[in-house]
Amino acid sequence: MLTALLFMLGLGAACGIMLSVASKVFYVYEDPRIAEVEAFTAAANCGGCGYTGCSAAAVAVVAGEAPPSVCILADAEAAANIAAIMGVDPGTAEPLLSYNTCTGGDRAADKYYYMGINSCQALATLYGGKHECPVGCLGLGDCVRACAFDALKIGPHGYPVVDEMKCVGCGACERVCPKDIMEIKTMSQKLLHLNQYDDRIAPCQQTCPAEIDIPRYIYQIKNGDYEGAVNTIRERNPLLLSCGRVCPHPCEDKCRRGIEDQAVSINQLKRFVADYEMNSGHHLPVSVAPSTGKKVAVIGGGPAGLSCAFFLRRLGHDVTIFDAMPKLGGMIRYGIPEYRLPKEVLAWETDGILNIGIEHKPNIMLGRDFDIGSLMAAGYDSVFLGIGAWKDYTLGVEGENLGGCYTGINFLTNFALWQQEDGAKDRQPFVGNKCVVIGGGNTAIDCVRTLIRLGAEEVSIVYRRTRKEMPANEVEIVAAEHEGVKFTFLAAPTRVIGDEEGNVTGLEYLKMELGEPDASGRRRPVPIEGSETVMDIDMLITAIGQGPDVFFKDESKRLDQDLNITRWNTIDSEDPVALQSSIPYIFTGGDSATGAALVVSAIGAGRRAARSIHLYITGEEITPPAKTLFTNNIPVSIFDSVPGIEKSERTEMPELPVEDRIKSFVEADLVISEEEALYESGRCLQCCLTCYNKDVA
Amino acid sequence: MSELGYFSIIISTIFVNNILLAKFLGNCPFLGTSKKMETAVGMAMAVVFVLVMAGAITWVIYYLFLLPFDLVYLRTIAFILVIASLVQFVELFLKKSIPALYAGLGIFLPLITTNCAVLGACVINIDEELGFLKSLVASFGFAVGFGVALILFAGVRERITLARVPKPLQDTSIGLITAGIIALAFFSFKGMV
Repeated sequence: MLTALLFMLGLGAACGIMLSVASKVFYVYEDPRIAEVEAFTAAANCGGCGYTGCSAAAVAVVAGEAPPSVCILADAEAAANIAAIMGVDPGTAEPLLSYNTCTGGDRAADKYYYMGINSCQALATLYGGKHECPVGCLGLGDCVRACAFDALKIGPHGYPVVDEMKCVGCGACERVCPKDIMEIKTMSQKLLHLNQYDDRIAPCQQTCPAEIDIPRYIYQIKNGDYEGAVNTIRERNPLLLSCGRVCPHPCEDKCRRGIEDQAVSINQLKRFVADYEMNSGHHLPVSVAPSTGKKVAVIGGGPAGLSCAFFLRRLGHDVTIFDAMPKLGGMIRYGIPEYRLPKEVLAWETDGILNIGIEHKPNIMLGRDFDIGSLMAAGYDSVFLGIGAWKDYTLGVEGENLGGCYTGINFLTNFALWQQEDGAKDRQPFVGNKCVVIGGGNTAIDCVRTLIRLGAEEVSIVYRRTRKEMPANEVEIVAAEHEGVKFTFLAAPTRVIGDEEGNVTGLEYLKMELGEPDASGRRRPVPIEGSETVMDIDMLITAIGQGPDVFFKDESKRLDQDLNITRWNTIDSEDPVALQSSIPYIFTGGDSATGAALVVSAIGAGRRAARSIHLYITGEEITPPAKTLFTNNIPVSIFDSVPGIEKSERTEMPELPVEDRIKSFVEADLVISEEEALYESGRCLQCCLTCYNKDVA
Repeated sequence: MSELGYFSIIISTIFVNNILLAKFLGNCPFLGTSKKMETAVGMAMAVVFVLVMAGAITWVIYYLFLLPFDLVYLRTIAFILVIASLVQFVELFLKKSIPALYAGLGIFLPLITTNCAVLGACVINIDEELGFLKSLVASFGFAVGFGVALILFAGVRERITLARVPKPLQDTSIGLITAGIIALAFFSFKGMV
């Protein structure tokens, strides 16, 4: 007995002494934070994070190679604790989430009947799967079987549905999917994605310049998830209230229902959820990635600048908007009149954008108060130039500087400033009795509708082509007609006539006829010799187009010299997707890159520029992937006919009656009701690349 | 086994008396670390390393201390203590001296501190009354056998992940059934040596 006790005592002592000595001899200094970090991991040694065990993951976190949210099993609180140990700003942890990109499933048409084993991998080897759609989900659930966390199931429509509460972003589903349908992405990665030729997207989403996931948000509206719909729109467009009001919705032109029936009223649905958020009285929270410490200057607070700033901030950068005007919004505040976009609404929207942590410096103009060199000296890593197109083109005819002659943007801006700032009587803009606006674009229409509301007796538009060629939105032209605007088509102004006091009294124009189509496909107007006609007027507004004002380039004595400007005065960016200027750290977008265009195009450009800036300041390749779609359509998704459609009434936009609206600047277009929104969302076919929900089998 | 030659001992320990599939020892790492091929290879390497060292040290303890002092009944507890200390020592040593190997074996070293396959192989060596060298060779063979079975099994399981398995039989259940079938296959080695 004694021997046994002594033996065990001796053995224990020997082992203890040996380990103590070894601990001393083989001691390796280890950062004490490693143990602290490891304490917050799940200690499951599951390997899901990609490191061999929790200790290795903790070492990687302390070495700065892995983010605080490395542990896929621990919750957000643990990630915040780890971030606290590491002394970094936890921000909003960016979890990876699985995301199914195919909404086809069972409804997709089949090429052949498959009776093989129940595996997507096996099915994919047979001509890429049984569905006619080349990129769709095969629906046999390899991803479901690969998910160790029970977060995936094949939903009722035959494609996988992710349970976001259970998903840990381990990526098992993405690895087994033979069609690359399952994607594991952080929010930032989703924000950076540009539509591509091999994406599973409906024609409307392909066409939208901002690339909004339209079928998804309509589906959310249909299910009463209005907040979800707002969040879906915000992944691509931060100005949903404004766009819901002024967007000419090119998406609806490509709506698949529109081929057989009237298109879905997509923009009214957007406006409905945007108004729903505003009427709820509080801004929905917007998730923002952890701070990167990079600074970006956004010059111009218009749609492009706001969109660029919004997405850069969501990607975790510090953004400052420098704007020449007193309030944010740019052309949509000072160009678009109150009756189309009430400024209270716009202010609510821009407040929401600033709320996510963007700094705004008003009344400071590039070229007058600062130049790009001073920004770089102040430590900004990159600059976005979204200065818009504010300089009116002029007619170049005699007498256009007479009293009572104005230019379109100038007139609208001065009026908006007066209306929004103080409304002082002495600065009230001049309004004539017989007013003529030259031009056929939206600016011209905005001018005439504004003049009508200001009490002008007779307002007419003079345009050198016909109504069919007018570039203004159809709804706007119709509204102007309803409000009593007269139109003189096929008339080219040749001279402005004035009296002795230098005030305008008449406009001389040549009658035109349409000739051969020109480069833009519109028939070129040809003057009829000797057809000069004079009309009596006392006010003239020229609204024949506008371009960017790049005077800052001449004012600057430093870096800006190298900035290339095109012959249309726009900032030269070789690639309209990358939007990088000739100076690598300067990016552009919106009207200043393209000339006057749509609000929604500027918003899309803002996001593309944000993507380029993000990649530039994080040291990655900017060049967009070769398969970037960029508002082109994927040929296989564009149909000539759409079988299975039952005609249904499109919900029309409610408007104020003409007699009410022409007396004031109250918003003329109204929002659709909840029942109408639910009905209209039901008209959406939920299209994907090639398949859609049929009304009748 | 003591009358066999070295080559026969190796064949016997890898195939005929495979520690996992014939002796049914070490089933928890067999099921736990066989879901991914990468993990299985790491585990196999670590077992080879530890088992050879454990085989040597337990032989010394048994024949120099336990047998002369008539303390054979302390064999289990003494072996556990020695193996655990040994593994800890090796881990400390590797971390300082061969960081690359330490990083490779990673978490698998501490995982097999008290692995029954390791203890079992040592006990079998003693029971079979093998000499020191034969005991080393047998330990090595057992470890390789462990590795072969584990890697085979991991390969099969990686494919099972994608197969259609009835709900009640998923995961560990199908794993155990598969292990049983592989064990039946190994049964055909019986009588070879």
